[in-house]
Amino acid sequence: MTDAVQSSHDTPFVVKRSRFRKLLDNKTLWRGVAALVLFILFWEVCSQAKPWFGFQVPWIGKIPPPSDVFTSWADVVQRPGYWESWYLSFFRVFFGFLIAQIIGIPFGLALAVNKYFRDIFFPPFEILRPIPPLAWVPASIIFWPTTELSIAFVTFLGAFFTIVINVLGGARTIDIQYLRAAQSMGASQWDLFRKIILPGTLPSIFTGAAVGMGITWEVVLAAEMISGGGQQSGGGLGFFIWSSYMGGSMPQVIVGMISIGIAGYISSSLIRYVGYVSMPWRRLF
Amino acid sequence: MAAKAKTTAGKKTQSRGTGRGAISIRNVTKIYDPEGVNVMAVDNCSMEIESGEVCMIVGPSGCGKTTLLNVIAGFHSLTFGEIYLDDELLCGPDKPLADQGADRMVVFQNGALFPWKSLLDNVAYGPIVQGVMSKSDARDKARDNLAEAGLGEVADKFPGEVSSGMARRAEIVRALINDPKVLLLDEPYRAMDALTKSIMHESLLEVYDRTKVTIFFITHDLEEAIFLGDRVVVMTTRPARTKKVVDVKIPRPRDYKLLSSEQFRVLVEEAKDAVHEEAIKAFEAGERELA
Repeated sequence: MTDAVQSSHDTPFVVKRSRFRKLLDNKTLWRGVAALVLFILFWEVCSQAKPWFGFQVPWIGKIPPPSDVFTSWADVVQRPGYWESWYLSFFRVFFGFLIAQIIGIPFGLALAVNKYFRDIFFPPFEILRPIPPLAWVPASIIFWPTTELSIAFVTFLGAFFTIVINVLGGARTIDIQYLRAAQSMGASQWDLFRKIILPGTLPSIFTGAAVGMGITWEVVLAAEMISGGGQQSGGGLGFFIWSSYMGGSMPQVIVGMISIGIAGYISSSLIRYVGYVSMPWRRLF
Repeated sequence: MAAKAKTTAGKKTQSRGTGRGAISIRNVTKIYDPEGVNVMAVDNCSMEIESGEVCMIVGPSGCGKTTLLNVIAGFHSLTFGEIYLDDELLCGPDKPLADQGADRMVVFQNGALFPWKSLLDNVAYGPIVQGVMSKSDARDKARDNLAEAGLGEVADKFPGEVSSGMARRAEIVRALINDPKVLLLDEPYRAMDALTKSIMHESLLEVYDRTKVTIFFITHDLEEAIFLGDRVVVMTTRPARTKKVVDVKIPRPRDYKLLSSEQFRVLVEEAKDAVHEEAIKAFEAGERELA
């Protein structure tokens, strides 16, 4: 509504607006910005309540205020080690995640379309699935020659099971009428798989990817904390938090936490974008 | 399929159609056996459908009409009896499941256009997977056929972007591009409002007048059945048997004015009692199942 009012000042019919103007008029963006600003203000006031008003707000009062966090962050960004941690964590996440996709999608589809395959592989899969990825850490360390590979393996497991379950579920809930229609029109088994089952499963593949990506981040950070950033595998955002905690710098711990939040957000945006591009028929709303 | 039997079509004045697509259903029985509980869906049902006939199957919901269609289409096997298409055995005692094939195209109750393909690619899909046309030829033909059905402007849209009426029309175009002998329609206009429905009916009649394809049309809307059909077969409630056959001797082409004619009303009255009786039985049976 305000769009129309604003534009009617300069020209009665808006023909073109620059992308920048559009961005400025985007209400969703402004609501998001306002929410963030309010949140940070609230946090600042609460954690400064003791010096400012003389009483401590429970829980949130013990956390360093955002001003301290930002000061610490400004210091941290100048250190190359911080950016190296970003790189390392991203690399580990995407490495494990990609392998999980490459193995998980075909595996899930095979489970869905072939009864024999399902009968044989589903029971062991279901027994391994509930084991938390972190419970694999000791076994993984024995199993793989380097710590880096151990972390990658645990990361892989974090994403793998979610991906397979989603692909399997997605492929098995494809409307049977699509399969019947395609078969009546003369589709071969390969056509069915490529043109019906695969595109029909794509939404579930991306759901699985989004959830799997989240788990991968959880796992990689915990794995980094455990590995302790030894000689072979340095840093990582998880280790960054751990060492900040050991060093007693609470603001820096929060810098690490927010960094992970941002990294996770970037990762899931990436997945959403790829999903958006590869499923044009889902862009309708 | 290439031989279109054009010569016979001209000679046979009695037969409406192109001389192909005659279905003979002989003593067909279908018993479902889920975990040992036998449920008889179709009981000793026989019917002869002529080439180029529009045969409407009317019966209460869940009476086994769809089962019969699924048996013809090759989605379900039959238990007893046999079905012939143009004197060729589709399924019988030795071959309970008919092969699925493009000679019998189904238009489904809830619509089965592939959501991930544009209307154009949906229509072109059949000729492409059958390998009877190159990709570009198939798409050209699909575009022509969609335009013919008044869908030229939405050809490149996804099914989710067009109205349900347009989607259903596109689905019939998708079926007909395969040059089927029979069109099997399973309550295709079920969820539509009366106005859209009447537009759908006229567009289906227009398609029929052009192609003279045999139509096997399932519905529980009696007026729809009489408006569209050459013959209306009223089925009993489960297990489905033929209860009454109403011949609709109204000349074609038909239009909506027919709906208010005396002739039409008389036919509706004639079939109504039979349908109503079965509806009550179905309703009571449903209550018994709940009790």
